[in-house]
Amino acid sequence: MTGTRAPGRPTARYVEHVMGMPISLALRGRHRDDRAARAAWAEVMTVLRDVDRVFSTYRADSAVTRLRRGEIGVEDCPPEVAEVLALGEAAERQSAGAFSVWRPGPEGRVLDPSGVVKGWAVERAAASLRVLPETDFCLSAGGDLTCRTLDPDAAPWRIGVEDPADPRRILAVLPVCTGAVATSGTAHRGHHLVDARTGRPPSGVASVTVVAGSLTWADIDATAAYAHGRAAARWLETRPGRSGLVVWEDGTTTPVEPVLR
Amino acid sequence: MVTPMRRIVLWLMSTATTLVLLFGYHTSTSSQAVAGGDSAVVGPVSSGTAGGSGASSSAGGSGSTTGSTVKATTVTGDAASTRWGPVQVAISVANGTITDVSVVEYPNSNGKDRQINARALPVLIRETKDAQSADIDMVSGATVTSEGYVESLQSALDEAGL
Repeated sequence: MTGTRAPGRPTARYVEHVMGMPISLALRGRHRDDRAARAAWAEVMTVLRDVDRVFSTYRADSAVTRLRRGEIGVEDCPPEVAEVLALGEAAERQSAGAFSVWRPGPEGRVLDPSGVVKGWAVERAAASLRVLPETDFCLSAGGDLTCRTLDPDAAPWRIGVEDPADPRRILAVLPVCTGAVATSGTAHRGHHLVDARTGRPPSGVASVTVVAGSLTWADIDATAAYAHGRAAARWLETRPGRSGLVVWEDGTTTPVEPVLR
Repeated sequence: MVTPMRRIVLWLMSTATTLVLLFGYHTSTSSQAVAGGDSAVVGPVSSGTAGGSGASSSAGGSGSTTGSTVKATTVTGDAASTRWGPVQVAISVANGTITDVSVVEYPNSNGKDRQINARALPVLIRETKDAQSADIDMVSGATVTSEGYVESLQSALDEAGL
């Protein structure tokens, strides 16, 4: 049962690349394809490029790179650095240490806030889409997305969950009107996610998809649940208001329904 | 079959609603069994709230029935108005036994979003499909890089819409 959908409303799509990721935008409604739409899209990209300049761990001159090298302190960075680090601390606490913006390195712990930055940045960038009247959006950055639907009777955005064993296929559809969806896994980048408690890649889990109110927390929780390995679904079930889908290494799946708190 | 089902749903709506509001709703791996089988999984929340009876809208209870003796059927009741907001319950029945009760729509305590959109439940597809046949708008997956984008499902969607 894939459900039925109302006759499709015209959708305009935009794509650009930043931070080594494709940014895809779908707009429906009044300002889907006009000057206001294009100005909002340009603003989205400006915000993401600004975030990249501050947070990139690949740029030698970014605030985070300089912070890592000990050249500057947090107080010398733009204020959003402290905001992101606070989010990272909250995520580490709430995930019992499985998620951390600090990862073990040969010379001690290394700051790597990328696990928090992406969702936070996209949610921030979406602010310029939220001001478009009578317009619905779905904004995705490399597979993590946030969307809005103003009319409660309108068809939801239909979000396909990629099959981690074959990224050209999808395993499930999430109907989301307003909310965010993030997926963590190893399908495209190899084993780059580790359980911060052990420094090793988690086992048993292939991908975790999380639906939450904001992409900031959908992204954090997807990564944190993934880091829990075989306990991914159990941990996600404890998170208030989150739902999602855990795909295991053997291809089986566990849908996670939200807990009312 | 639908009529007794509907009655069960209505009964559950009053009972389950109370349980939900008093104790909270906790899922177990029973949802896995249901979804992993051949059942229909509860779809998206339908709009609005139904009248006092909770079953007056034309949407009615929807579900699918299958011939096999072990297959489960999921029936979704209409949203019922409660003093806390709309509540919608779905039940899964296999071999005449209720195997799962899930709450599709909850009262929204903070009232921020009228529809509980951020609580969407995954609809599993029995056989994996490509983007077009699954009728999707966007793809969520492990980080897609710019290098990998050209071959991704998302690029196919973006191109189709451009």
